[in-house]
Amino acid sequence: MEYLGILFDQVYKILFLLVPVLVSVAMVVWLDRRVWAFVQKRQGPNVVGPFGLLQTIADALKYIFKEIIIPSSSNKVIFILAPIVTMTLALIAWAVIPFSATQVLADINVGVLYLFAVSSLGVYGIIMGGWASNSKYPFLGAIRSAAQMVSYEVSIGVIIINVLLCVGSLNLNDIVLAQQNLWFVIPLFPMFVIFFISALAETNRPPFDLPEAEAELVAGYQTEYSGMMYAMFWLGEYANILLMCAMGAILFLGGWLSPLEIYPFTLVPGPVWLVLKILLLFLLFALVKAIVPRYRYDQLMKLGWKVFLPLSLIWVVLTASYLFYFNLLPVN
Amino acid sequence: MIAHSIFFYTFSIIAIVSAIMVTASKNTVHSVFFLILDFISISCLFIMIGAEFLGMIMLIVYVGAVAVLFLFVVMMLNVAQQKNQWFSSEASSKHIPVGLIISTLIFVELIIVVGGWKYKPDLFDINNSLELAKVSNTHSLGQVLYTDYIHVFQISGMILLVAMIGAIVLTFRKRVGVKIQSYIKQISRERSDGVSVLKVESNKGVKIDD
Repeated sequence: MEYLGILFDQVYKILFLLVPVLVSVAMVVWLDRRVWAFVQKRQGPNVVGPFGLLQTIADALKYIFKEIIIPSSSNKVIFILAPIVTMTLALIAWAVIPFSATQVLADINVGVLYLFAVSSLGVYGIIMGGWASNSKYPFLGAIRSAAQMVSYEVSIGVIIINVLLCVGSLNLNDIVLAQQNLWFVIPLFPMFVIFFISALAETNRPPFDLPEAEAELVAGYQTEYSGMMYAMFWLGEYANILLMCAMGAILFLGGWLSPLEIYPFTLVPGPVWLVLKILLLFLLFALVKAIVPRYRYDQLMKLGWKVFLPLSLIWVVLTASYLFYFNLLPVN
Repeated sequence: MIAHSIFFYTFSIIAIVSAIMVTASKNTVHSVFFLILDFISISCLFIMIGAEFLGMIMLIVYVGAVAVLFLFVVMMLNVAQQKNQWFSSEASSKHIPVGLIISTLIFVELIIVVGGWKYKPDLFDINNSLELAKVSNTHSLGQVLYTDYIHVFQISGMILLVAMIGAIVLTFRKRVGVKIQSYIKQISRERSDGVSVLKVESNKGVKIDD
């Protein structure tokens, strides 16, 4: 009975986290399309519900009732597993995101490493989908995507080392609390910019959406997918984007801390600040999608390995030596 | 404790079964996916005994990077056909003794380690385990790795670097006649490099490439 109580408690907590995440994924898809439309002087989805807010839910309903077509020459088990893997990995990472000092599902010692591990596993959904489809374009898209994600993870890892040098702990709540006086976006501003661009590449967002470049590869690894399975890829992708935004907000923008520790700001609870910061970063993601044209593949690889990796490594040396000479290294 | 043992047996059964399936499955890509499942369940076991740093690094390095490259190679090279050739032809008899020798070596090493742990437990005692218990896993690893074992750590890093450079040198071939984009060349190009204004007399034309 005791275990059953713990189980129900945990399930309740998980649902309380995941349902808002899923709803906000739906809202964020709408926001993305709306921003994209406004940049191009269009209206965007504005028919279903107030301001078109329910558009994504209508789309999801449509996908549910469509037939799922599984190509006869595909590898069926892996073909079906791929969208499930993508969606699951996009959702389990939210377990360690702290919404305030106490509101976190799993306050583990190695929170940053967990986030990094889960985001590096995300490539499997794409490779599995591309290979199992047994078709040229999905396979090419999957290969492109895997190479791209592996290269940009390296620079994200080095950027995380920069932040960790200033904090001295891998716990996400410690990272947030270390920014009480100064958000890391100010001393580590170049790293924040590189993190943002790497996050775009990591989540296959434009201008780095080469895995699904429609002019060359139809729809990349999603070409053979239909119905609910396509929708799961699509929702998983947006959940991943929100996750990268949350990671940026926690590592650089002070997580759930309020921008100023004075009266009217302290009234607002922590989760609201975190959500606002995630939304701000997502707005940047959406604007970049609308404004910047797509990269060429060799330029993308050059940017990752020859520009971002050396820059972030140099910045690690700079940060470490600055902290060392001014005796600011966090020792506990 | 019951929940703990349930999780332990679940993960270890998955690890063992997937390890067997790596060698047993006919499709090479399936083998790699079973290998990934094996890595994941072993990192879960690491986390269960409290070595959370090791478990996460296992996930990041092996599953996130090494296994992706494995998959790349297996998918691109069509290893499935070669594998069948190995098993059907007479060449397979050459591989069996090598495999046997290596697996016996690993088995003997395991027996030595487990036996030593059983009969000489003081050898394996961490001499300052009480002191280390207060700080987190990551801190204690860093304190040992970057002080007492710094030379070993650096040497292993150098070996990996040499291996990487060797692989690049072996596979590098300079291609001739490929146009490579150079940003500096593009940006520093002046108007006078490309365009010149000439006065052309009528009915004469211009001579190009004099």
